[in-house]
Parts: sequence; structure tokens; C-alpha cells
Amino acid sequence: MWKFLHRLASPPHFYRIAINLIPWFAMPGLLLLAYGTYAGLFVAPADYQQGDAFRIIYVHVPAAYLSMMAYMIMAVSAGIGLIWRMKLAHAVAAAVAPLGASFTFLALATGSIWGRPMWGTWWEWGDPRLTSELVLLFLYFGYMALRNSIDDTSKADRASAVLAMVGAVNVPIIHFSVEWWSSLHQGSTLVRKGGPAMDAAMLYPLLAMIFGFTLVFGALLLRRLRAEVLFRERRKRWVRDLILSGNGKR
Amino acid sequence: MTIQDEQLPDISTGLLALIVRDVSLAVKRPGDVLNPLFFFAMVAALFPLVIGPGTEQLQSIGPGVLWVAALLATLLSLNSLFLSDHEDGSLEQMLVSPVPLAALALGKSAAHWLSSGLPLVLVSPVIAMTYQLSLSVTGVLMLTLLLGTISLSLLGSVGAALTVGLHRGTALLSLLILPLAMPVLIFGARTVSLVAAGDGVAGGLYFLGAYVLLMLSIAPFATAAALRISNE
Amino acid sequence: MGPYGLYVWSCFALTAIVLVICEWRARTRHRHVYRDIEVRVKALGDTE
Repeated sequence: MWKFLHRLASPPHFYRIAINLIPWFAMPGLLLLAYGTYAGLFVAPADYQQGDAFRIIYVHVPAAYLSMMAYMIMAVSAGIGLIWRMKLAHAVAAAVAPLGASFTFLALATGSIWGRPMWGTWWEWGDPRLTSELVLLFLYFGYMALRNSIDDTSKADRASAVLAMVGAVNVPIIHFSVEWWSSLHQGSTLVRKGGPAMDAAMLYPLLAMIFGFTLVFGALLLRRLRAEVLFRERRKRWVRDLILSGNGKR
Repeated sequence: MTIQDEQLPDISTGLLALIVRDVSLAVKRPGDVLNPLFFFAMVAALFPLVIGPGTEQLQSIGPGVLWVAALLATLLSLNSLFLSDHEDGSLEQMLVSPVPLAALALGKSAAHWLSSGLPLVLVSPVIAMTYQLSLSVTGVLMLTLLLGTISLSLLGSVGAALTVGLHRGTALLSLLILPLAMPVLIFGARTVSLVAAGDGVAGGLYFLGAYVLLMLSIAPFATAAALRISNE
Repeated sequence: MGPYGLYVWSCFALTAIVLVICEWRARTRHRHVYRDIEVRVKALGDTE
């Protein structure tokens, strides 16, 4: 196991292994998404309070969960890269940030569309989850902006790693403070999304969607990471050999 | 290897010297201290002009407006935190200095707070008066600003260290720091609003105090790491 | 799906669009990086 991980951490090996790894994430992920979408849209009964609008959670909850997961992956790999000077870890942080921002945007957009029939507005400042997702999106923007404004890759890696780690300490605090703030709003009794006692016919599609999203996210990350690794190693001998041999075009 | 005890410098001496140097530099160039204060006053003066002079309205938006204005004024002054040190080469001296860089970073934050945060706290009652805030509310406002600006000086030093020497660093600094400053802003402004509504203040002040401690334990080290990275 | 159909379907469609864009961007980036390196390697190969 350790040997496998160690080999995976070396860029040439990662580049070769990743392309074979992607289908193992993408195929079951897409199958789960297909099942979850079908069951979520047609099999699961309508919520007695929210009617059919509750079906939006089947894409909203996985997107929101992955948006935070991506930030955690980014901060942890940035920390690993900073402390142990692992090249691949910095590449992971660089590759995961735009994906995290995309999923944060998706969570915001679907949450906003859900809010339209439920609250009667596209945006409700009183909802702490939407507001902290918005702050999370700004955090991603800041991270990517810092990365883009430093030309030297190694310097950009380490500077953005410091930011990601300081940000990771702040993310739970931001969430907590936004929650505290919105709890002070009187009369903002929001309809709970889902709820603790969920019918199995509603829950299974949701679990399928969460796992499916995670696997597809993994496949997307691997593909981004492959391009990132190739770019970072562009002056290395193994890349030259790879190109001359004509393999690895995919 | 020999342990050179006598050559180990006293951290507090180095830290104090840096604070004294920075504050006296700020005093020699009063524009650096005054400009953010004028900015603070002007932003605060804009809101009554666009919203209207109704007393009740001013009282309800007052805490929020003052806090946003204070945050923006702090950002304005943070931009130059390491700029002159970067230009005249004293930053490189700090990097090779035997005093730990984190201690020097703490000193920079402290000097920044003394020359920008503290004046802001002292000026705030005047602005609060124009917003018709009562005396007790003004007191709490000053208290939250006192704790909040310390956090902002510490947190902001990380952003300033990351963006020092970059093109378009000013806009970038705001983009990095504003989302991170959200908890301070929320708790600062809401605590004052709560007092105005007749509620207790302890919760918000405890939070702001805890946040100061958290930033004290993280920010100097993050700033030191960032300074090393951006000055190679 | 009743009165909420439009909202629900647009959310699922948006999700599909975002996922496709992510995949497409990763692929184009890889293609561009690969082509750039290929051009450089081939150019160096000629001068050698």
C-alpha cells in the first residue's frame, strides 16, 4: 500500500497511472448519478411540505458538500506541500481550486433556484448556509487570484498554501458566525431542507447522488491533475521521452 | 556545535525597537495615519447623504456602517504595511535578523494597530455621535472596534505579506482579506446592534476576544512564512 | 412535477452543464499543454 502511494506521488508514475484510474471513478460515479437522478426525479415521493421542489436537494446537497470537501482537500494538500515539499501535493491544490469554485457556484445557484418557490425570492440573506457558501466562493476567488498573480510556480504554490491554511482555520468560524448572525433575525423560520426523519425512498437516491458526485469529482480532479502535472514537468526528461514516443496524448 | 547564548538576542527588545521605529516613522509622516482616518469619516458620511437623515434609520444602520468603514480604512492602511520596508531593503534585514521573524511580524502588526487601529477607535465616538448613537452604544462600539481592529491588523499582516511586491497588490489584498474578515465584521457590527436593541453584549465580546487570541497564535507565524516566500 | 417542474429541471440541467464544462476544460487544458510541449520538443529535436 505504502509502496503504491509512494509511486503514485512521483509525477511520471502518477501521469501514467491516472489515465487508467479515471474510468474506475467515472463509470461507477456516472452510474450512481444516473440511478440517483432517475430515482430522485421519478421514484421518490414528493415532500409533504415542499412538494416536488425538494427534489432540488438531490443536486444541491452533494454540490454543497463537495464545495467544502474541495476546500479541505486544497488546504490539506497545500499544507503537505508546504511542510514536506511534496510536488504532487501542490499540484493537487492547484488543480482542485477551480473545481471547488465550480461546485460552490453550483451549490449557490441550485440553492437560489430552490429558494425562489420556497421563500419567494432568489436570494435570502437570512439563510446561513447560502451566505457561507457565498463567502466560500470569495475565498476560492481570492486563492485563485493570488495564484494567478505570481508567475513563479513554486512561489505561487507556497504563497497560496499559506493562504489556504489560514483560510481553512477561518472556514468553520465563518460558518459559525454567519449562523449566529442569522439566528438573530426574527421571523426567519426557514423550511428545513430534508429533515432528520427521511423516508428511505427519498434517502437512497440522495446517498447515491452524494457518492456519485464524489466519484465524478474524483475523476474530474484526476483529469485536471494530469494536465497540471504535465505542465509542471514540461521541462523534465520523462515528458520529452513521453512526447517523442507519442504515448500519453489522451 | 557550540551554543552561543550571549549572542541570542532578546526577542522583546527587538520587537519593541521595531514597534518604536514604525510608530515614530508614522508620526513623522502624519499623512499615513490621517488618510485612513479621513477615509473612515468620509465613508461614514456618505451613508446619511444617500439614505436620508432620519434619526431612527441612522441609528439602525450606524453600527454596520461604522464597522464597514473601519474595515475598509484598515485595508487601505494595510496596503503599505510592508511596502516601504520592501522598497528600502529593511525587509531583507528583518529576514536575516537573529530575532525570530514571527516576533518581528508581531511587532509590525502591533505598530500597524497603534498607528491605524487605535486612532480609528479614538475617532469613532465622533462619527457615532453624528449617527445619534447613545453613549452606552458608543462605548460598546469602541470596545468592539478595539478588539476587532487588533484582529484585523494581525489577519491583514498575512495578506500584506503575501501580496508585497506584487503588481495590483492593493485589489488582491482586499480580495484575500475581506472574506476572512467576515467573522470580525459580523460579530463587531451585530454586537453593537444588539446593545442598541437592549440585549446583552457578553457573547459578542467574548467571541471577538477569542478571535484576537486565535489570530495572535496564528497570524505572526503565517506572516513570517509569507514574508520568506515573497522575498526570495 | 406540478408547478415546481421548471425549477427542478433547471437545477438538474445546470448540474449537468457544470459537470460537462469541468470535464471539457480539463481536457482542453491537457491538450493545450501537450501541444505546447510537443511543439517545443520537436523544435529542439530539429536543431539537434
